[in-house]
Amino acid sequence: MDFPKNLKYTKDHEWALVEGIVVTVGVTDHAQNALGDIVYIDLPETGKILKSGDPFGVVESIKAVSDLYSPATGKVIDKNTRLADDPSLVNKDPYKQAWMIKIELTDKSSLETLMDCEAYSKYVASLK
Amino acid sequence: MSNKTALYEEHQRLNGRLIDFGGWELPVQYTGVIDEHLACRNAVGLFDVSHMGEISVNGKSAEAFLSYTLTNNIRSMPVGRAQYNLMCNHLGGVIDDLVVYRRGKTDFLLVVNASNTDKDFNHIQNVAKTHSSSFTELSINNDSPKYTQIAIQGAKAVNIVKQVTNANLEVIKNYWFCEERVLNKIPAIIARTGYTGEDGFELYVPWETGPELWRALLDIGNSFGIKPCGLGARDTLRIEMKYPLYGHEISDNTSPIDAGLAWVVALDKDDFIGKSAILKTKQNGPARTLVGLTMIDRGIPRQGYAVFTDDGREKIGEITSGTMSPSLRQAIAIAYLNSSFKYAPGVKIAVDIRGIKIPAITTPTPFYKRPY
Repeated sequence: MDFPKNLKYTKDHEWALVEGIVVTVGVTDHAQNALGDIVYIDLPETGKILKSGDPFGVVESIKAVSDLYSPATGKVIDKNTRLADDPSLVNKDPYKQAWMIKIELTDKSSLETLMDCEAYSKYVASLK
Repeated sequence: MSNKTALYEEHQRLNGRLIDFGGWELPVQYTGVIDEHLACRNAVGLFDVSHMGEISVNGKSAEAFLSYTLTNNIRSMPVGRAQYNLMCNHLGGVIDDLVVYRRGKTDFLLVVNASNTDKDFNHIQNVAKTHSSSFTELSINNDSPKYTQIAIQGAKAVNIVKQVTNANLEVIKNYWFCEERVLNKIPAIIARTGYTGEDGFELYVPWETGPELWRALLDIGNSFGIKPCGLGARDTLRIEMKYPLYGHEISDNTSPIDAGLAWVVALDKDDFIGKSAILKTKQNGPARTLVGLTMIDRGIPRQGYAVFTDDGREKIGEITSGTMSPSLRQAIAIAYLNSSFKYAPGVKIAVDIRGIKIPAITTPTPFYKRPY
């Protein structure tokens, strides 16, 4: 299982790449593996205001529907439209090609509850 | 506490993702649902279905007893015939759907849903007890722990099964079976039955011989593109065929008429449990009809989602099963629509997916038709 060091993580298995006031969001390798073949993704329109922990979309495997939760408080300024046509990118490349949304931070302290790579690895191991 | 099938260690060895299903620890998938689904459609898939329940009904009264307990006409079955059947309650609800195998003049094997095995067995015993003066020579046994059941399904299945048995498979047509040895020693029921819409077999062997047969089938099947398939693919395969699943399309409160299973109910035979209630439903017309839907816009319909008229104003039904079809690459569903909605194929409707009404269209079923 691959959890890049430069990312922050939620307990709901989203990752966050923080670059200045822009946070890029996706789901982790653990999440894509647990979900199995991903066949549908619903993402918010740009402009949507999210609070940390708010559901921002849905990812569906063949069997199950799972909510996506925002790791940060801010405004959605971009979404990955490629995922609508090829949701399987989440399985193939969860950290690069399958980024989901970009959030412009309005409250930087909302990132404080996120885990680093080490803490998230331990958290995932504890789930087994 | 989950039960383990005889193939539990095989699933572990194959990296199957094990889940609890009806009290059994079984793989939902090995490599991936889509991959496994397509292997079954295009080549061959191997399934551990040992969780299914096997109930033996034997004795001189067995035929008359089952004719009374089940809805289909079993009296017309010759030895070696398999038949899809239903067990209903007095109100005409479906206790379970099952396959009956006639092994002898007085010997029958009922294969039932895993999660219903105890309920079915108790019901059958109760019927026998209540009518013990009518059915005097009857022996009923829950033989589920005795069998490993392996399904090998797909166009190439026959090529593989041919190599593990001397039985002449050419004469075993769809919904027939024979009792022969496999691997020259293991006694088996070799049935041309299944739940995928493909040609194929279900093999019943003694519980402990399961791993040897499983490995042999995988070995021989390798050159035919065989893949072990989990419960996930089993579900998507049956949805593409609109095969009903207990707990989704049928239940103790569902009439077979509503579920489109009138063909499994022999209303012209002598009295059987549920007959008068089912007859009434048929005469009055069912309150709802089970239909196929295909999504026009994005979204996957799931069990319990509401179905509306095209304009979104009137609720006309509910989804019972839905998935992204791996064969068709479209989101499909099975749904009950109220009889007030005049069903025809190709009519636009809408499915409420998380509060948004998404356009869909009624679709003839099965969704998938095999090309051979």
